Amino acid sequence: MPTMTYAEALCQSLLDTCEAEPNLIFIPAAFGGLSPHAKSFAPFYARFRDRIYPAPISEIALCGIGVGAAIAGLRPVIDVLSASFLYQGIAQVVNEAANVHYMTDGKTRCPVIFHAMQGVLPGEAAQHNRCLSAELWNSPGLEIVLPASPEDAAGLWKTAVASPNPTVFMDHQLLMGMTAEVPAHVEPIPFGQARVVRSGRDVTVVATLAVVERAVRAAEQVEASDSISVEVIDPRTLVPFDEETIVQSVRKTGRLVVADETIRSCGVAAEVVARVQERCWGDLKGPIQRVTLPDVPIPFSRPQEAVVAVTPEKIAQAVRLVARYQ
Amino acid sequence: MSALREVLRRMLFMRRFEEAVIALFERGDFEGHYHVYIGQEATALGALDAIPPTDYMYTTHRNHGHLLARGADPTGLMAEILGKVGGLVGGRGGSYHAAWPEGLVPVTSALVAGNIPQAAGTALAIKRKGTDQLVVCWFGDGAVEEGAFYETMNLSAMWKLPVLYLCENNSVPAPYRAMGQYPSSTHAARSLTDVVAPFGIPGHVVDGTDYEAVRQLVTELAARCRQGDGPQFVEARTSRWPGSYGLWPAQTGGPFDVRWVWEPAGAPEEVREWTASSDPIVLLGQRLAAAGQLDPEGLSQLDQEVKGEVATVVEEALAQEDAPAAQTLAHVFADR
Ligand SMILES: Cc1ncc(C[n+]2csc(CCOP(=O)(O)OP(=O)(O)O)c2C)c(N)n1
Ligand SMILES: [Mg+2]
Repeated sequence: MPTMTYAEALCQSLLDTCEAEPNLIFIPAAFGGLSPHAKSFAPFYARFRDRIYPAPISEIALCGIGVGAAIAGLRPVIDVLSASFLYQGIAQVVNEAANVHYMTDGKTRCPVIFHAMQGVLPGEAAQHNRCLSAELWNSPGLEIVLPASPEDAAGLWKTAVASPNPTVFMDHQLLMGMTAEVPAHVEPIPFGQARVVRSGRDVTVVATLAVVERAVRAAEQVEASDSISVEVIDPRTLVPFDEETIVQSVRKTGRLVVADETIRSCGVAAEVVARVQERCWGDLKGPIQRVTLPDVPIPFSRPQEAVVAVTPEKIAQAVRLVARYQ
Repeated sequence: MSALREVLRRMLFMRRFEEAVIALFERGDFEGHYHVYIGQEATALGALDAIPPTDYMYTTHRNHGHLLARGADPTGLMAEILGKVGGLVGGRGGSYHAAWPEGLVPVTSALVAGNIPQAAGTALAIKRKGTDQLVVCWFGDGAVEEGAFYETMNLSAMWKLPVLYLCENNSVPAPYRAMGQYPSSTHAARSLTDVVAPFGIPGHVVDGTDYEAVRQLVTELAARCRQGDGPQFVEARTSRWPGSYGLWPAQTGGPFDVRWVWEPAGAPEEVREWTASSDPIVLLGQRLAAAGQLDPEGLSQLDQEVKGEVATVVEEALAQEDAPAAQTLAHVFADR
């Protein structure tokens, strides 16, 4: 199998889907953002320039244009660059796109894709670091996709393009350079199927997006230092959510840590914890731990940024804590 | 003319300050995205020299020049950019959110057009209180693409709010700077001043590289605004510095060399055309030289002084502690 970066795998998937779906268009297209790997998308820009509409800085109109274009049969991808800028367009995402199919009693479909990069980046401070998966999850009708590996980026993208529903596809600038073996032809990866990234016996860690890799590093640390065997699970899509894989894992390990870059209160981790305790109360050996951003905006100064960051060290600490319960 | 020599000195200070910011970033002294004001120095100085410190100001992601021209402490600004404890907002905001609440620059949004309705709201407060203040609201041409801009133009025109919208269009090719139209791939309008006309907001085009023109226009508009005439809109046109084209600022062609005032053709190729046609320091320097107010030795000496001042600013800012971890959770809410 060839080795590819996340950006290269996603680019290949863009090429494949544009080839297969003539109605797939992009308003605008800024894959890879400020990452040095943004240049890996050059083949896509070169080959499908006619599918791309350069656009003004008009998030609310662009998101709404995506809704209308999708309703009339295009497959529009609305690229708002950073998830933080999705707030500027949020009314069309959560209160228009999400409601279209339901409000029409299933008569109108709205297969728009909203694309953004989500995740905390160094030095980006309060306004450019917003993670919206929890707010989006709070709006029934949206599919939410968070690919954490090159193959997942490619395979989940294909499913997003084929989806009949509004889909928010959020990748992460820091993942663009991640390398892995990727099959020469990536199959679509169904939504709602978690990936067991690493198997283990003692503690289950659920993580999303850039935090998945940090959880794997934490798992390696605690295995080496404390002989704790950690299973890492990436749900891959929040909507639909694969509860079953996580529940099976927790029934085996009896211990759970949830690590995610949304805010602690009403965040993604809070929802995962709620679901697991509903189904695994008798299997849990102790309280579940969350590793999240605290309830505070992201500060600029480096020492303050380190206080709020979701790191492998903090995940490892939480794993050690839950491992003590017998 | 001696006053203009002082303007030249302040422009040079801004230029050397921004060059230092780029060098500090490239050395790894701070992280994150940031924006420099190179090429727009005359606009901030011209406009803010026409505005007393008792007026409010809202700036943007490209705020360094606005804050310096407003009179904010350069060491405080540099410390902010570096995330230091003595930064203008305690190292919390960095370059994106540098503000100066004590100097009536209450907060800085780095979201395009985020500040425009806020400026109108502050103008509403002023109007209700009946003071003769006004609000200066800076934004780029990109902000005229946002819906919030149009909604705020409508409201502030209806309510005749005392706000001066200063739109810095930094993407105008040199030949179009003083003319009525300019081509843009992201605006259907051929001139940004056309966009405010239907709201009854007077729109004015000014060459943003011309300190005196900007100062004169803003002086006049501020007086009208203060009289209760409602908002005014200025499009200050500059041409983008080649170092600001990439995703990150880059010291394209090396640091500015004051000898380019006498010999723009001596500038490195990457910046030569821009230097000759669009650099406000070169343009003002040439005017002063033509009037016999500036010679190469004098400018060189001025530059040495300014470089020394900026070096001290950098040194003092770097010597400060980083904004401390212990303060991370402070100020999410105000004390009762
Ligand atoms: C709402 C929003 N969308 C997108 C961005 C990303 N962004 C930062 S600066 C910029 C361009 C702004 O252009 P302009 O307003 O002309 O200001 P300039 O940088 O030219 O001074 C963009 C799109 C943002 N900060 N906020
Ligand atoms: Mg601009």
